[in-house]
Amino acid sequence: MKKEELLYTKDHEWLNIKGEEVEIGISGYAADELGDITFIEFPYPDGEVAEGDELVSIESVKAASSVDSPVDGTVMYVNSKLEDAPEKLADAPFDTVLIKLKFSHIDTSTFLSYDEYKKTLE
Amino acid sequence: MNHYIPNDKSDQKKMLDAIGVESVEDLFSHIPDEIRFNSEVKDNPLSEFEVKEKLKSLADKNISNYPCFLGAGFYDTYVPSTVGHITSISEFNTAYTPYQPEISQGTLTAIFEFQTAICELSGMDVANASMYDGATALAEAVLMASRCTKRKRALVSKAVNPSYVEVINSYSCGKIDIVYIEERNFVTDTENIKLSDDLACVVLQNPNFFGAIEDMDKISSLAEKLHENGSLLIVSANPTSLSVLKPPAEYGTDIFTGEGQPLGGNLSYGGAALGLMATKEKYVRQLPSRIAGQTVDKNGKTGYVLTLQTREQHIKRERATSNICSNQALNALGALVYMMTYGEKGLRLSAENSMNKAHYLADKFSKIGGVSVMNASFFNEFTIELNISPSTLNDKLLKQGIIGGLDISKESDTEKNLYLIGIGDKISKQDMDRFIEITAKAVK
Amino acid sequence: MKLLFEYKNSDNRKNYLDSFEEYSTSLPKSFLRTSRPNIPNISEPEVIKHFTALAKTNHGVDSGSYPLGSCTMKYNPKVNEEVAKYDGFNHIHPLQDERSVQGVLELCFDLQETLSKITGMDAFSLQPAAGAHGEFAGLLIIKKYLISEGLGHKNTILIPDSAHGTNPASAAMVGFKVIKIPSDGRGNMDIEVLKEKIDLNTAGLMLTNPNTLGLFDEHIVEISSLVHGAGGLLYYDGANANAIMQKARPGDMGFDVLHLNLHKTFSTPHGGGGPGAGPVGVKEHLKEFLPNYVQRNGDVFENALGKNTIGNIRAYFGNIPVLIRAYAYILSMGEKGLCDISENAVLNANYLMHKLKKIFSLAYDRVCMHEFVLSAENMKKEYGTTALDIAKSLLDYSIHPPTVYFPLIIKEAMMIEPTETESLEGLDGFVKVMIKIAEEAKKYPEKLKAAPTKTAVGRLDEVKAVKEPRLRF
Repeated sequence: MKKEELLYTKDHEWLNIKGEEVEIGISGYAADELGDITFIEFPYPDGEVAEGDELVSIESVKAASSVDSPVDGTVMYVNSKLEDAPEKLADAPFDTVLIKLKFSHIDTSTFLSYDEYKKTLE
Repeated sequence: MNHYIPNDKSDQKKMLDAIGVESVEDLFSHIPDEIRFNSEVKDNPLSEFEVKEKLKSLADKNISNYPCFLGAGFYDTYVPSTVGHITSISEFNTAYTPYQPEISQGTLTAIFEFQTAICELSGMDVANASMYDGATALAEAVLMASRCTKRKRALVSKAVNPSYVEVINSYSCGKIDIVYIEERNFVTDTENIKLSDDLACVVLQNPNFFGAIEDMDKISSLAEKLHENGSLLIVSANPTSLSVLKPPAEYGTDIFTGEGQPLGGNLSYGGAALGLMATKEKYVRQLPSRIAGQTVDKNGKTGYVLTLQTREQHIKRERATSNICSNQALNALGALVYMMTYGEKGLRLSAENSMNKAHYLADKFSKIGGVSVMNASFFNEFTIELNISPSTLNDKLLKQGIIGGLDISKESDTEKNLYLIGIGDKISKQDMDRFIEITAKAVK
Repeated sequence: MKLLFEYKNSDNRKNYLDSFEEYSTSLPKSFLRTSRPNIPNISEPEVIKHFTALAKTNHGVDSGSYPLGSCTMKYNPKVNEEVAKYDGFNHIHPLQDERSVQGVLELCFDLQETLSKITGMDAFSLQPAAGAHGEFAGLLIIKKYLISEGLGHKNTILIPDSAHGTNPASAAMVGFKVIKIPSDGRGNMDIEVLKEKIDLNTAGLMLTNPNTLGLFDEHIVEISSLVHGAGGLLYYDGANANAIMQKARPGDMGFDVLHLNLHKTFSTPHGGGGPGAGPVGVKEHLKEFLPNYVQRNGDVFENALGKNTIGNIRAYFGNIPVLIRAYAYILSMGEKGLCDISENAVLNANYLMHKLKKIFSLAYDRVCMHEFVLSAENMKKEYGTTALDIAKSLLDYSIHPPTVYFPLIIKEAMMIEPTETESLEGLDGFVKVMIKIAEEAKKYPEKLKAAPTKTAVGRLDEVKAVKEPRLRF
């Protein structure tokens, strides 16, 4: 993924919106902060989700982070290979899609551009 | 200032000068005036001698030297001298939680050993470092089962200790629907349990509150049905009984809980509690409280650390498995020393001791007209029916130097006078014979 | 070191109890264990040697300095240990007739009264087994109160971002939704953000004061009025009570309900992680919701429940041995003694802060209370030395490190709380070691990364412990 072309949330997630679908991952900053990632879980491997539902639970030894759903939608894909090899996420966070959702409505007003996101890290 | 404060006024002056502040009061002056506490403060400490005298006089107002026939989870068991000796070691009892493992290998190794011992007794795969007591362990087990199954309903046997059921209710906080399973003749009616799609767990106690041993074959069959239904089985058991009775893991239990006080704890008016909790490996991520794990240091030396910490509040905060932080660590150490001092042999001897005494007593009771023993099978505790009120009997017993059993008449749906007698291994034959004698006279 | 489970099983006797010859039972076979638990029979000297050796690898409060922020690792008086072990307290069953346990009930009643006076509250329950348990009780009380007032729709609790993890965890357990309030540039709760976030759904606000930064929240009066104005209740996390005894009382600051940590402020030993005690205190309007407490009925003391109680939150009455120790401590201090504690705790912390702020960054340069937070962020940027490296280096000097990486709002945080039982010599010793470590960070950063080297084990592989869990022998 090209970092500059993605949208971001203030919780360090990147979003790749393609028509009525969105791919979600975490930023390099988030991966760094977590350290050695030891566990990844997808509470909703399929089916309907609501905005705010915890889509991905990511844990390292001393930290835990969750990816919450930015929309109401349907789960189209989860990267279940990561459940057996969670440490691989840190290899290429911008190129690792965690989950893909289909939605009918998305409110992009709260998302940040790459430049805006970079600013929050300063 | 008192003798626990090393610095005196001259030290204080040095520090104030170093900081550049006139007086200690200046360090508090930023607290808004309207909330400052300005009342007169008396200089009225008691001397250490006076403290001891005062506490002794309070202690003396308690009757602590009568033989005691109360149970319900807390039993008067003999505690070997090793237990108090080890728990008094300052490096164990003044230490903090082992968040810095390199200087806490004592605490961490002991937790690892404690977890192992609880797994051996219960047959479960993994245990935690302790909960507050048997009741809160059971309540948290219900919450855990709800998380594991993503369901809300819990079926709780009426043969579970009512104090524990009250705590389950207090902990449910609108998240759990509690429905009760009937007891018949003081055992759980396991045959008539209604399974449903929203059933998270069934909660049993074995031996149960009335002292009865629940039929483990029947529980096994129930467990099979529960597992097919996607529900879990939770069993609360007296750890002493596990040296003799079949361990919960062998009859389909998913989460074991218990009250660990009989393992080296004093009665302490219910204060030396120790919650035990253990589960199957597949549920470990939902297990609350601390867990110690084995690892190696950078030189390959074996060591122990708190692990799977992302379950806990200091990391997961509002998404933690539980809010529990401090548990009953020193009591767990005491229990470990007790279990290892006794070994499997000593634990079995203690269990058989309590069990045989309880059966001796029940046998004698059954021969008194006006008294009937209600349990077909029991371990160290049993229920009898009396033809007089239990409180009348207890008054007579107290006057003659015996703490009698528990009046549980209101715990059953019958109109009977019911009396629960619990036996710890310290009870003597003379104590039991006197109890029988006084009871026999009272029920005539 | 060999674990006890690795010992061979001895054939020798276990002669701690005589066996009961008069009667023997046999239970139905299907109820019995068929295999023995694998808990070896080991001789007493071997058991004692094992635990004695383990104790040597532990650092306790009596071993040396223990400036662990937020935990108040003060000295544990030995007289408290003795009195807590009197037979009259140890050998009483919780279900005994209350007439036969008037001593322990009187002690609990007195303790309730004393804690009420110290905190400015009206009633206490001594039932909670720990601070988090007290929080749980307090939040259940808030919830039940609101429901009884027809305000059951109020379902959010406001919590500062600097709060201890148990605060949001307890709120979530009770079923509240947690709303985080950031801190401002002076380390206070950001009052402007608070005003935005308070609404009709606000059930309450949880606050420690002084907070986890060791700072007294300057807006407390306004916070109290804002929360009450919205119909919410104010909860005080008593973890930092050591800073303000006889100086300011939570009851006077406007708090409706609180818990205290007896194992922090009131000198009871930490035990390696418990038992503690977290008594919950309330103002008059919340008294009816209390779980078990002791009341006086003429000359007689008895257990009671609030008439609209939240229900008991454990089987019995409280961690009695811990309560006894705290009670003895308060008697030993007297009223002025409590004041001396806070004054010296605050003075010691300010002294250390003054000495260390030149070397490490100080998160907030204002008078602190009983603890303060330094940041190793500047060291990390310049030399790659982290708060973790500093903590591990302190271990080689037999000093327990401060709390690190908490509160979460400060990067590379080190929270330092010397307590009043640290001597000036000990404080200067700590400063000296910290200066040395700071110099080594500059000159030999690899040394810090390799620490500790003098402890029983070196840095442990915590990633391996998570990925390959070995949770029992």
